Amino acid sequence: MPEPALATNHGPAALAAGSILYLDGVSVSFDGFKALNTLSLVIAPGEMRTIIGPNGAGKTTMMDVITGKTRPDEGAVLFDGSVDLTKLDEAAIANLGIGRKFQKPTVFENLTVFENLELALKGPRRTFAVLLASLTGAQRDRIDALLATIRLTERAQALAGALSHGQKQWLEIGMLLAQEPRFLMLDEPVAGMTDAETEQTADLLREIARDRSVLVVEHDMEFVRALGCKVTVLHEGSVLAEGSLATVQANERVIEVYLGR
Amino acid sequence: MGPITRRLASLEKGRGWTVFLILTAAFAVGVPLLNAFAPADSALHVPTWVVQLMGKYLCYALLALALDLVWGFAGVLSLGHGAFFALGGYAMGMYLMRGIGDRSVYGNADLPDFMVFLNWKELPWYWWGFDQFWFAALMVVLVPGALAFVFGWLAFRSRITGVYLSIITQAMTYALMLAFFRNEMGFGGNNGLTDFKEILGFDMTADATKVGLYVATVLFLAASYLLCRFIVTSRLGRVLLALRDAESRVRFLGHSVTGAKLFAFTVSAMIAGIAGALYVPQVGIINPSEFSPANSIEVAIWTAVGGRGTLFGPILGALTVNGAKSFFTGVAPEIWLFFLGALFVVVTLFLPKGLLGLAATVKGLRRPTLPTPDTQPSGEKTHA
Repeated sequence: MPEPALATNHGPAALAAGSILYLDGVSVSFDGFKALNTLSLVIAPGEMRTIIGPNGAGKTTMMDVITGKTRPDEGAVLFDGSVDLTKLDEAAIANLGIGRKFQKPTVFENLTVFENLELALKGPRRTFAVLLASLTGAQRDRIDALLATIRLTERAQALAGALSHGQKQWLEIGMLLAQEPRFLMLDEPVAGMTDAETEQTADLLREIARDRSVLVVEHDMEFVRALGCKVTVLHEGSVLAEGSLATVQANERVIEVYLGR
Repeated sequence: MGPITRRLASLEKGRGWTVFLILTAAFAVGVPLLNAFAPADSALHVPTWVVQLMGKYLCYALLALALDLVWGFAGVLSLGHGAFFALGGYAMGMYLMRGIGDRSVYGNADLPDFMVFLNWKELPWYWWGFDQFWFAALMVVLVPGALAFVFGWLAFRSRITGVYLSIITQAMTYALMLAFFRNEMGFGGNNGLTDFKEILGFDMTADATKVGLYVATVLFLAASYLLCRFIVTSRLGRVLLALRDAESRVRFLGHSVTGAKLFAFTVSAMIAGIAGALYVPQVGIINPSEFSPANSIEVAIWTAVGGRGTLFGPILGALTVNGAKSFFTGVAPEIWLFFLGALFVVVTLFLPKGLLGLAATVKGLRRPTLPTPDTQPSGEKTHA
């Protein structure tokens, strides 16, 4: 059984084995402010997890650490049980199969919806390969399928900048799916959406979570309930509580710091 | 049609190809014919000095095209493209200098005049090989390309963008100017390289040579335009446009932002080098003032006036602004700088898309009911 010494520390390696994402004792501070304070979190393959917490709890910093945007001061961040994410840059981490959706919809406004998805398609990423790349029939079919999933078939040739807010959010989710990630992180995917759009997004995410791990950071409790998955509450850079939504909502400390009503 | 011809054909839409071919033929064939065969007193006659002036402007157009590739598409505003232009020019100048041979003032076949004057005994190592045209031609692209590669790698890897990048590119060209002013550098100090006699065996004072250089410039401009079209219509071109909009999203999609920018910057510097190499034999001199920071800023003005991100616009802009410059400095030299300043203000305030953007707007006003399919999102009707 013993894992070969892939990670420097044998203790975490054993725990990390079999997880898709493993954070142990991760700390990050900015000018003395501890954004993350010995944060530990394990996500299993195929799991969908919601992260909630008040502003400044460290949710965005946690995603920055996982995607390589911020380097942790200490702690282990392992993907797939063995790959040390603290040593890689954003592009390398993305190519491992980790996708990230920003809070504000971030799409390429001067490209069409179709072209946005084309750039996101999994494939060779070396500069010269991209220069000489041409769209194959299979890729075209894949984009068409994605367009159907995110309900933007009609808008395929529209500039992404002309989409509504909700449509941009879906397009960004579609771009993440085009990357065929094994692990997907979404930062407040329904912020600014109408109720109907929120409901459709919840359906979309449940569909997506069927064959990959998903982590959702959210404020909207109705949406968290609609997702119906395990919830982790962050507070001051570490985990305050974990469990079903009902359990954490009943937790006294959570009520104190977060729900507070 | 094979995949390669299909890809080449896709560089332009049908009408684009027509315009491209007509313009190329008019400039490369029409102008020389009018120069050679139209009677000297006819209105159609193009005198050789005009051909030479056009050749010079087309070199500027080539430089503006190069800048548009990085500025218009990747959003990297380089204010140091004059340096790549000058380096290409120096490489060509060194070849032309070696071609003078013993026809120089001092009559020394082994050393250029300024080296004899400095009392140098032998040719410095970095002048070796420049008596061969092929070697000089290689250096015309390799030297600017290598500088851009190293400079770009350091800058883009450290994620230097926007105004900071513009400033360090200005510093780069300024530093090179100071270096080339020094006699000890071995590039002729502030006099630069001049007094050329022949290029590839052709007498530089002959009219036919001048027209030949002009035609070469047109052909290089046409080829470079197609090369740039190839880049911007490729998937990499869409990555460049994408990173102008949302650089972090490009990174999180797994694309190398550094790689894409570095590619565009290096290719652009090489094109700028070719522009400089074509410029020097046509004006007959290269000196360190070509590195002056103001020159690089002017290139940005041409590009902005024509319409950045269009490839064709900057060519138009370079020709328009320089044509106006020749006209104004001829009739009223004292107002030229005011005109240039006013032009820049007007373009920045009222023509963010330059002359081409203005043309598109006018066309749109004339035919408001017929939007072109590629500017109008196709899904619009179904959702309205």
